[in-house]
Order: sequence, then structure tokens, then C-alpha cells
Amino acid sequence: MAEVRKCQVLIVGAGPGGYVAGIRSGQLGLDTIVVEGDRAGGTCLIRGCIPSKAMIHAAERFESVSMHSSENGHMGITIDSSPQLNMASLVSWKDSIVDRLNKGVESLLKGSGVELIKGWANFTGPKRCIVSSNDGDVEIEAENVIIATGSSHIDLPFMPCDEEFILSSTGALDLDSLPSKVAIVGGGYIGLELGCALSKLGSEVTVIEGMESILGIFDKELRRPLELWMKKHGVTVHTGALARGAEIKGKGASKKVELAYEKEGEVRTLKVDKILVTVGRRPNTKDWGLETMGVRMDQSGRFIRTDRQCRTNVPGVYAIGDVAGEPMLAHKASAQGEMVAEIISGMAREFDKVAIPAIVFTEPEIVSVGLSPDEARERGEEIIVGKFPLAANGRALTLEAEKTGGFVRVVARESDNVILGIQAVGSHVAELHGEFVLALEMGALLEDISGTVHAHPTMAEAFHESVLKTLGHAIHSV
Amino acid sequence: MANYEFKLPDIGEGVVEGEVVTWHVSVGDSVSEDDPVVDVMTDKATVTIPSPTDGTVVSLNGEVGDMIAVGSVLIEFDTGVAGTTPVNVSENVPMELEVEPEEVAPPEIEEKKAEIEKPSTKPRTPAPEIVPVITKGTGGSILASPAVRKRAREAGINLGSLSGSGPAGRIRHADIDAFVAGGGAVMGAPPSAYSTKRSGVNEVKIVGLRRKISEQMVKSAFSIPHFSYFEEVDVTELEALRQALNSSRSQDQPKLTYLPFIMMALAKIMPEHPECNGHFYDEDGVVHRHEAVHIGIATQTDRGLYVPVVKNVEAMDVWQAASDLIRVSGDARAGTSSLDDLTGSTFTITSLGRDGGLGATPIINHPEMAILGVHKAREKPVVRNGQIVVRRMMNLSSSFDHRVIDGADGAKLIQHLKRMLEHPAMIFM
Repeated sequence: MAEVRKCQVLIVGAGPGGYVAGIRSGQLGLDTIVVEGDRAGGTCLIRGCIPSKAMIHAAERFESVSMHSSENGHMGITIDSSPQLNMASLVSWKDSIVDRLNKGVESLLKGSGVELIKGWANFTGPKRCIVSSNDGDVEIEAENVIIATGSSHIDLPFMPCDEEFILSSTGALDLDSLPSKVAIVGGGYIGLELGCALSKLGSEVTVIEGMESILGIFDKELRRPLELWMKKHGVTVHTGALARGAEIKGKGASKKVELAYEKEGEVRTLKVDKILVTVGRRPNTKDWGLETMGVRMDQSGRFIRTDRQCRTNVPGVYAIGDVAGEPMLAHKASAQGEMVAEIISGMAREFDKVAIPAIVFTEPEIVSVGLSPDEARERGEEIIVGKFPLAANGRALTLEAEKTGGFVRVVARESDNVILGIQAVGSHVAELHGEFVLALEMGALLEDISGTVHAHPTMAEAFHESVLKTLGHAIHSV
Repeated sequence: MANYEFKLPDIGEGVVEGEVVTWHVSVGDSVSEDDPVVDVMTDKATVTIPSPTDGTVVSLNGEVGDMIAVGSVLIEFDTGVAGTTPVNVSENVPMELEVEPEEVAPPEIEEKKAEIEKPSTKPRTPAPEIVPVITKGTGGSILASPAVRKRAREAGINLGSLSGSGPAGRIRHADIDAFVAGGGAVMGAPPSAYSTKRSGVNEVKIVGLRRKISEQMVKSAFSIPHFSYFEEVDVTELEALRQALNSSRSQDQPKLTYLPFIMMALAKIMPEHPECNGHFYDEDGVVHRHEAVHIGIATQTDRGLYVPVVKNVEAMDVWQAASDLIRVSGDARAGTSSLDDLTGSTFTITSLGRDGGLGATPIINHPEMAILGVHKAREKPVVRNGQIVVRRMMNLSSSFDHRVIDGADGAKLIQHLKRMLEHPAMIFM
């Protein structure tokens, strides 16, 4: 092995946490190395957020075109033949987007003077690791380490993913043909996003969820439009149902997989082409020498324990993103990465965000920022809540975004009208979230929003109206 | 609603138990994550343990002085918020506690030092986790934009110590400007045009030392007809003497303020004004005129007003008076005064110094008969021999029990004191 490489900042993992930390660190003039065992971009860019959004957009396009191919085409637009789906081409279109973004990240790192080493890092001490790369082993010793190793799909031990019949989300984004029947084990946001897309493309989708409802992180009111949409589109949902095992049946091209699940005390079976397992994600804390670093874990033992500056118990070792705790969201990781680079360069920073937005790209989309009415009440807040239906918003109607009963909902403290939380459901509502988070971070009162002119005709007006409704004087609603 | 049991965490290598030194919370208190809850002393250091959660304290396991094993339940929290009525137990704390010496925790620095020496085995306990960031802050009391928060952090300003002038108490850039301009003393900027009205009422229970002070003040103010008298004293020469003594003092001598000189002067002249030094037991109709001069020093502490006593000032030199003054007032502030140090004064001085002020009407410390208020000395233009000159002037405010001290006698004491202070050599002759 050659000499030991030294640097000021060593970042493990080039996902949305690690690469942002790397770029910011480079901008600040710190000698920085990023180590990545796969391609730069992480789960988010390579096999998560971005590819799934590409699939979701394609599925939406496919569905809307299909609506014009019947005799009396939707909106008076008729197409003579029905659209044909070539799954392999769809996947390669998706891959082209991923490739572009991956190269973009690599050139951004390079542009800010950061070295990207491709290979698997193995730590031998708190700030020392050996990277096994194609060019041989490199030993690195750093003054500061940022752990940004992310998280992985959780397998069910009795039916591990083979990515042929039993798929993880990664496999579901790399299909060579559209499965006609799909069972999704786990009705969380990943399973439901992919489930909605597959359903739009024409698959028959069944969701198996162990809890009493799908998307348990959201309240009933927020879930309702999605549940309605799934019902209308023939997506079957079994709640309170636990997967028990899977068996491959048949021969050759007619091979199928049979899922056994238990509901109401009896075991039932379901024969499908593919099973998609989306029961959660676990932080990547194994197989790279974390145990040699002396880093403490949190009380649950799952995540690395960090403080409000993402410091671990070992001085100079930081952890950000999925490996450092909930919520496991790319934008939280990026914000922490940026912050830690600044802390290392000597700036006074703390992770003091009022809210981390959460968005689910199902049909319809669901956005939640800050406190829901229930959470606010649990905290002992006296609140006022206003809900404005998208069906009363002109732009939403022209975009058909109101479909299954979407709305924007505002939660404010009764005594001083400080906005505590904002939620929305409906097609395209994801893009409204920027104003929601800004309102919370700025400490906005209902009056700050009601006093801001929102352009007509836009869906953003629905936020303005929901605030007016909370104040008791919405214009376009009674 | 499940209670959260917080166990004494592993606070360092090889430590198996710790002694509870100070509880920072009581049953019924609501705490936020990271608020200090208890000081635990081990053989290595005293560690302040922060709350691991938001919630209400349901029970505290262990009295001050008890040894608690690592891993045993220290505090139970109710982490649900709705419906819990805070129970105020501080009323039941016996009054005697006030004068009992308390253990003083070694400064936190010691603990931090230990942390640096053994980084991997002595983490801060328990480290706050970032988990529910989604909701952080929205329910909290500090309302400020990200730019304001960043600016405050970089300037080392705790936003919690500012009051915001924006709507709903939102902290604006102008509030930080005002805070900085006021050297940290100004609370918030002038209200902006869109400020909201304030309507809250905070109920504060008058218990413990505060109640005792309240009762004592009523007794003093309503049984004693106060006669108050004001004078200004030229302390230019005293200041020169003070400076000279301070610049030539030895290592073990304390820095002199005006107070030891005033105490010495009073002790010297008191035999000529015996009616002012001692106690009036009004119910018995007897005045005890004391020969010894025991000077009470009104001292502001975190817990309220204390009057520790410097005994037998007449037998001290100025250095001894200064040392004893520092000792008794320091102990009072730290809560370590002995009962003897807190009783027996025959005359009280209240120093109204640091923050200025022209005059005051001090309340006599019953059953004493007189009190002296000392104000900040400052340079002022005064007329001397028909010329305006700059002199260092100090105002004195005094009150006398008019039942047993005539106005003329009270005035005589102050005039005598004035002569001594204006010609400080007389104090020592």
C-alpha cells in the first residue's frame, strides 16, 4: 500500500447528504475527499426519488393518453389507437435522466475541488479508513469525518428479495416488462408511490399492509383522497394483513409467485407476477467498520447518536442523513451536509429547522409541513384549522387536480394566529410546499399569508384561501 | 398516555453511581428536551444532566444527597401534554432550608475538561437526538426567521433572552440591533406598526423566601414611621485614598470599594450617635442601644434579598472589613451562609450603587432603627469658592425610626458621616 492520504474532511457516501457536504466543504476551501462505493448520487438519485419520479411521470402520461383513445375521447381529444407501453424503453429513458444527474453530481464535486474516490471504505479507527477501489487500496487519514452512509431496503427474512419475483424498490424501477399482477407488501410511501404508477400503467395492484391503515404517518383526512383514488382504480388494499411467505409456482415463462398473507386469523394466498417488498429502510451502520470508530448509537440502537450540530460522541466525527435518524429524507440530509461543512470550517451553525417537509408522490400527491391538527393538540396547543377544497379553485379544475377530493389545510395557534402546520392533498400540490415551509420558517402569522397577493389562476390561491378560511372569511367557500 | 422513565445514564468510565446534588426541576414542572434536570456528582466530576424529552415531571427518585445507581430510574416524565395539572410543591419546602448551607456544584468547566480527555468514553449524556425535527420549533416560544436565527447564532446571542417586537413576539433584525446597541440590556426594538396587543397575565405564587421578605417588609414599613433624609457627599479625596490603597495592596488584600470606608466611618462615629445603632422592641417599649457595630449588608441574590452581617466592624481595619464584606455577601449569593452570618445586625447598609439613581427611601430592617442607602459616585460640576469644578460626588439616602430617633439626630449622624467621608483621614485618626 502506498503512502497514507491525508485530508481535512473525509465524507463517506456520495448521496444527497454526502455530496452536498462535499461541495460545500470544497467551496469553503477545505481539502475534501468523498468516498462512494456505488455511483455518486446515492439512493435518492440512482434508485430512489429521481428514478421513481420519472416512472411516476411516465405512468401519468400513459394514463392521460389512454383517456383519449376511447371512442368519445376525454376533453374532446380522440386518438385512434391505444398507447403502447415499452417497459424497456421507459426504463432506459429513466436511466438517461439518472445518468445525467449522476454526471452532474460528479462534475459539481470536481468543480468545487473535491476528490471523489470510488470504492468501499473500511474504517480501522475513528478517522482512518482503507478504501478498496479499482486502482488498488488507498489508506486515508482525515481530520474530520462525515458519515453519510444512508440507508437500505429492509428484506423480509422469510421471503428475501431475488429481484426477479420478489422485488425491492430498486428492482421495481428496473423492470423489463409490465407485470400484469403485482402484490405490494408494505403500504408506506415507497410502496404506494410505485403502486399508483404501476396501476396507471395497467398492472392489477394489491397492497398488503400490517397496520390498520396505509400511510399511517398521515391522518385520516389526508389519506382519504388517496384511498378513494385507489378504490376507483381497482387497487385492492388489505390492512391488518401480514405477509407470511412467498413461493414460486409454475414452469418456464408461466412462472408466477404466490404470496401467503395472514388476515383476520386466516392465511390467504395471492398469485401474482411480482411481489414488491417495501416494509421500510434501515440505516447503513454495518460492514464498513463503524464499530472501530467508537461512535455511540442512539437509544433505539438503530441510528448513530448525534446532537443538534450532527456531532457524534467522537470529536471530529459527524453523522448526517438517514444514518443519523428520522426523518429519512434526502432534503434533511442535504441541509445537514451543508451545515456540517460550515461547522467544520468554523462557522456557528445549528440544525434549528422549524420544519422538514414531507411529500408523498402518490395520486393524488400529499404534502405535510409542521404540525397536523392532532399533533398540535397533543402538544397542548389551542388551535384553529381551516381547510379549502381544491374543487373550489379554478386552476385546480382546469388541471383536473381536484379529482378525489383534494384540499389545503392550515393549522394555526388560536391565541396569536402563528401558523403551526400546513397540509395539502391533490395532483401537483407537491410544488406548493415551498411557500408552506417558508411560512413556518419565517414564523408567519395567518395575517402574513392573507395579506400576500397570490396570482390568479393558480393552485397557490388555495393556500391563500385556506388561510382566509382559518381566519373565518374565505372568499370562494362557505 | 405512557410515562417515560429516565434512567441515570452511564456518565463515564467506571462510574456506577452518583450523588444527587441539585434538582433543577420539581414534580409537576414541565420541561423541554435539553433543559437541565439534575446535577449528579460522581467521584470524577459533577455532571448536569439534561432532559431527554419534552414532558411533565411525574416523580423524582432520590433526595439531594442520595446515591443513585447507573441504570436506575431517576425521573419519570409524562410525555403527553394534554390534561396534566402542574402541582406546585415549592410551597411545602420548609423555610429553614434557606439558611442551611447548600452543596455548590463545581463549575461545569471541570466536566467539559474531562470530556476532552476521554472523548470516546465520556460523551455528553444523553445527547439530544434530532429525530422529530418536523415539529421542532413550531410549538416553541421563539419565533424568528432563518436569517435572524443565523445572525444571532453567529453573534453568540441567545434568542431566548430577547423579546421580539414583531407580531406574536416574532424576533426581527431590529430587535437584534436594539439588543446589541443596548449592550444586551435592551429588550426588543420599539414596537413596529403591526405589533399585536399583549393580554397575558402570569400568576406568580409568593412563597418561600419571597413570602418571608414580603412579611418582613410589611412589618418594617407599617410599624415604623420612617423619616428619610438625603445628602450628597464629595468623595473626591476618598477616591484618591481608595486608588492609592488599591494600587499598593498586597496579594492577599481585597480590592477596596467605598463600602468598607463607609462601614469604618460608621463604626467610628456610632458612639456619638448611640440612638441609631441597635434594636427597638416596640411591643416591650424597650430600645437596646448596642455598643458593638454589626452592619447588615443588603444583598441581592438569585433567590431574593438577604442581609448578611459583618460583625464588630469597630474592631476591624479597612482590609478586614472589606474581606469580611466579600465573604458574607459571597456566601449569601452562593446560598452557603451560616445562620450566624445572617443574624444580629444593628444597622444596615443598602448599596444602590452600580445602576445609578439619585435617591431612594430605604426601608428599615426591623427591629433596627436606621438604614443607610449608598448611591453611585460620579463626577459632577459643583461650586467651590465661587468656581465650577468637577468633583466626584456620592448621594446618601437614609431612613430613621422616627418613634425613637428625632429628625435632627438622624440628620446629625449623616452630617457626621459626610465630614468623615469628605476628609477620610479622620476615619483613621
